[in-house]
Parts: sequence; C-alpha cells; structure tokens
Amino acid sequence: MFSWFANPHRFLTLSSWLAPICYALGALLIAWGLWQGLWIVPKDEYQGGDIMRVMFLHVPAAWLAMASYMGMAVMSFIWFIWRHEVADIAAKAIAPLGATWTALCLVTGSIWGKPTWGTWWQWDDARMMSVLFMFFLFLGYMALRGAMDTRQKAARAGAILAMVGAINVPLIKFSVDLFTSLHQDASVITVDGPKMAAVYLWPLLASGLGHSLLFAGLVMTLMQAEIWQRRAAQIRARLIAGD
Amino acid sequence: MSIGALLSATDLGMIRGERILFRNVSLAAHAGDAIVLRGANGAGKTTLLRILAGLTRPETGKVDRSAPHHWIAHREGLKPHETPFTHLGLWARAWGTSAGQIDAVLDKMALIRPSGVSARHLSAGQRRRTALGRLLLQERPIWLLDEPLTALDADGRELLLGMISEHRMRGGAIIAAIHGDAGFDSTCEVMI
Amino acid sequence: MSAAPIISAFRQALTEAWAGGAGALMPLGFFAGAAVLVPLGIGTDPNTLRAVGPGILWVALALASLVTLERIFQADVEDGALDLWLQTGAPASMIAAAKAFAHWLTAGLPLAILSPVFAVMFQAKADTSLLTHMGLYALGGLAFFFWGGVGAALSATVRRGGLLISLIALPLYVPTAIFGALAMSGGPGSTGAPLFLAASTLFALAVAPFAMGAALRLAAD
Repeated sequence: MFSWFANPHRFLTLSSWLAPICYALGALLIAWGLWQGLWIVPKDEYQGGDIMRVMFLHVPAAWLAMASYMGMAVMSFIWFIWRHEVADIAAKAIAPLGATWTALCLVTGSIWGKPTWGTWWQWDDARMMSVLFMFFLFLGYMALRGAMDTRQKAARAGAILAMVGAINVPLIKFSVDLFTSLHQDASVITVDGPKMAAVYLWPLLASGLGHSLLFAGLVMTLMQAEIWQRRAAQIRARLIAGD
Repeated sequence: MSIGALLSATDLGMIRGERILFRNVSLAAHAGDAIVLRGANGAGKTTLLRILAGLTRPETGKVDRSAPHHWIAHREGLKPHETPFTHLGLWARAWGTSAGQIDAVLDKMALIRPSGVSARHLSAGQRRRTALGRLLLQERPIWLLDEPLTALDADGRELLLGMISEHRMRGGAIIAAIHGDAGFDSTCEVMI
Repeated sequence: MSAAPIISAFRQALTEAWAGGAGALMPLGFFAGAAVLVPLGIGTDPNTLRAVGPGILWVALALASLVTLERIFQADVEDGALDLWLQTGAPASMIAAAKAFAHWLTAGLPLAILSPVFAVMFQAKADTSLLTHMGLYALGGLAFFFWGGVGAALSATVRRGGLLISLIALPLYVPTAIFGALAMSGGPGSTGAPLFLAASTLFALAVAPFAMGAALRLAAD
C-alpha cells in the first residue's frame, strides 16, 4: 500500500486536487466552529467564563500536536524500512507545521491558564509539560536535519531521531504524569471527558476536523514544494555536470 | 560477477546531494591483482573505496567480498594519545591476533625508536607508517588503500611498494586510489 | 562474532577519556562549578538548599554528561577510528554501547561517588540515605550517558554539535530526571520511584545502543 503512494509523480497528481479540497473544507469547518464557539454557545462559568472559548483553538491544537508527532514518526519509520522518498518528504514537511501547532497549543493553554489557574505557566500540569517536551522534540528534529550536509543524511538522521523520540514519548508522558499527580491541586480543570455539554461538542469536533484538514493541506503543499525543489536541484546538478 | 574474485563490484552508482558522483562502475579483484582507481580530485575515488569497504552504502549496484580486508585511509585511525606500540597492540587484540609480533612489525616499519611516542608528537610520515603497520598484523587477502603513499619519504615508499608486491605474490589483491604515477605497477586501472 | 573488538573499543575509550582532558577531573570540576553557582544564585537559606539540593545535583549531572559527550564520537569520525571500528565485524550498536559505558565509568560514576560531599554542602543530613542516593545518581547517570550518546552519535559529523546534542538529549533526559529527583524527595511517590528509575535506565540500555549504532553507520557514510 505504501509503495503506491511512494511515487512522487502520483503524489503530485493526487495532492493537486486533494490539497485544495482540504483547504476549502478546513476553512469552512474552522469558520463554523469558531463562529459557534465564539458567539453562539453559552459561556461556562465553571470553566472560567468567556475565556473558555479559547478551547475551540486550544483543543484542536493539542490534538494536532500529538497527531503530527506520531505522523512524523510513522513516516520516518516507513522511510527507514522501505526507503520511500515520499515518506521522508512527508516527515520533513510535518516537522515545522507540527512545531507551529504545538506552540499554538502552549500559547492558548497559557492564555487559558492565566484567569483559571492565576498563572501563565503551571508546572504541575502534566499536559502542558508533555506538550512542551514534544515541542523540544520537534525543534531537535528540525535542527538535526538542518545540520546535515546532504538530504540523504538529513533523512537518515531525522528518521533515527524521530523514532527514538516516539518510543520515548510514552515514558516521558508517564514520568510527567507521575511528577504532576503528586503536587496537583483542585483548580485544574478537565475539558475532555463525557461530562462536557453537547452544545460544545459539535463546534469542537468541527474545529478539530477543520484544523486537521488545514494541516493536511499545508503538509501536502510543503511536500509539493519539496518535490519541485529536489527536481530543480537535480536539473541544476545535471546542467553543471554537462550531462 | 566474476568467478573466484576476492572482491567484485557490479554497477556501482553514487549520488551526493543531487550530484551524480559516478555510475556504472564495475570491477573485480582476483588473487595477485593490483587495481588502481584514477580520477580527478572530487571524482569519488575515496567514496568508491568506502563503498568497497562496506562503510558507505551505494545508491545502486552491489559489492561482494569473499575475504576479509584491510583499510588504510587519509584519516589513519590513530588517537592523539596512542603510541605506535599501543595502537598496534590495540588492533592486534581487537582483531584477535597475537600481540607478540608487534615488535617485528615496528622493526619492519622502522618505528622502533618512536614506538613509545604519542601520535600527537609523531610526524605525518611516522603516523602513516604506524597505520600501515596494521597491514602486517593479520593476513588479509584484500587491501583497500586510499592514497597510501601520502606523507611517506623515499624509504617509506619503497617499503610500502615492497609490502604490496609481497602481498600480491602471496595471493592477495590490492585496490588503491593513487594520485600520479609513483612507480606503481598495476594490473588494471579504473577511471571514475 | 567475538567480543574482542567490543572489549578493545571499551579500552580505547577508557584510555582516551583519561588522556584527553584529565579524565574524570574536568567533568567533576564542571559538576562542582555548576552546583556551587546555585547557592550563590538562590541564596544560602539552609531550608531552601536542603529542598533543592538533590534536584540541583541531578541537573548538574545531566549537564556534565552533555559536556563530556560532545567529543566521544566526533573525535572517532575525525581521526578515522570510527571507520576501523565499523569494519571489525562487531555490531556498531555494541561498539557504541561500549564507548558510552566507558565514558560513564570515567565521568559519570565519579560524580555519583562524590555526590555525598555535595549533598552535605547542600545541608543534607549526613546519614546512610546519602549512599542510597549515590546509587541512584550512578544509575540515572548511566541513562544520561546512553541517551546523550544518541545525541552525540547523531551529531558526530556536525561541527560545534554541542548545542545540538543538548537539544536532542534533553527531552530524553526527562524521565530519568523526574524519577531520580522524586526518589530523593522523600515525599509521596518516592518509594516506587527508584524502581521506575531502574526501569527507565534499563530501557535506555536496551534501546539507545541501536540508535547510536545506526547513527554511527550514518556518520561514516
């Protein structure tokens, strides 16, 4: 199955119509989700009043922070085992976008935290800490790729690091959970879980799906750019070699 | 590719970045052969040798080695704190051969006097002789040599050329990247 | 496959660590310097120092490992020793593990052994718990050196790779730092923490060598 997608040409034709659809649907869903979230749904005093509306940005960002790291690790694994070039291009494209959404998650979480916890940064919150370490993993991945002198080496080094990071994520998560569970106080609010009111559920789902589609569209665009860039470099190399 | 070859390589191709370094390189080394790799600076001689040694993965093609090999390159593998004596002793142990022959090797390489001097104080030629001494620690049919004459004086060159012809007479093969002629008597040259 | 190349790699790393940079003395000096800066920075209140002491020592240990690791594989790439090790027929992962272990022995273990001295400077009570802590520092340090080794092997061909090693290794240091500090906190959860620390060190010993081996093969490519 991977091999079918592994052809850059096939990817370009596929993404040339799939990416615009992702953008259009994503924009619609995000717009509807935000409109519902910011103006229509009632505010929840228990969740901190109007500030809880940041949830419609924060929760999708948190979801994408985790999903994108896992996506990057899976792509790295596929590249490492089968050497499908498109998988490496995907991993490379996911990294900066994943880092952006992870940062968005941290910033919105911090904004939400200020009125509810009374602090911008809560060391006791396991989720904030885990996401912060995820952000570092993304930064390390990008820095390592950037430091390698050829794209083949960047792909190999990046794949090794992404896989090492991925198998460490559960351990990091566990240790952070243990760390925070010992000094957690009652002010911490859980947004997830079945007790959330249904009025919030649909806008939140729409937002989450919209962000995912937007993310997918951006990944495809970055991948297209990378493929064209590699082709241009190949042509340049051939011209220099006089081939 | 070739029956009875100690080392054979088929259709090797290599890409660095987007640049094609070389392609369709094939060679076979039989007992007694001396293959010289020729090419301009940056043509990929060192990369080809590294592929033959199994250090670098070729983009296309494959390498078959039917016998163990020795490796001598620009970067000699000496640690700054190692002396010729400790270096050869370490590798004799690592390769599981007797360390009793080290004095003989040092003698042959004319390294008796500096045998206790650490590599950071050795001259380039002495470091090179130390590295070449590894060739004598263990009998291995294939020698892969990258510019082995670099930094050697006239005596050193003669010594190495003598070692190479003895090795070939014993049924060994060498593959070397050598710049210039240097009185090197090769059975075959590969241009890349 | 024989173990001879792995033993030789271990011996070479051991002598190299002692020869280049006064062996354990330099990391020890760094460790001491980092630890001594803290009371100057946060004040000398004995209660504060007693509370932060173990944590500070963990951080100093992590930093000392990072500083030590910068050159362990980079030097092998530059002087050509890596090429020779990769041609011995021994698995690259075992060679890498032998080197990381040797560097832990010369730089990590001495720090752990001297930890009671620093703990007492941080106003800890001088009792047998300091010996237990010594064991925990040794165990955690081993994990630091193996995960740090992954960063060092990945950036072996990068000039001035020190910052890169830190960026790669720090997220991987998190579980060890948390379990380690928790085990010494004496608070809730501190009874199970030593076991978690041991488990995460075992995990590092099992996983990190393969990553280091793959990274070294890449560095030689």
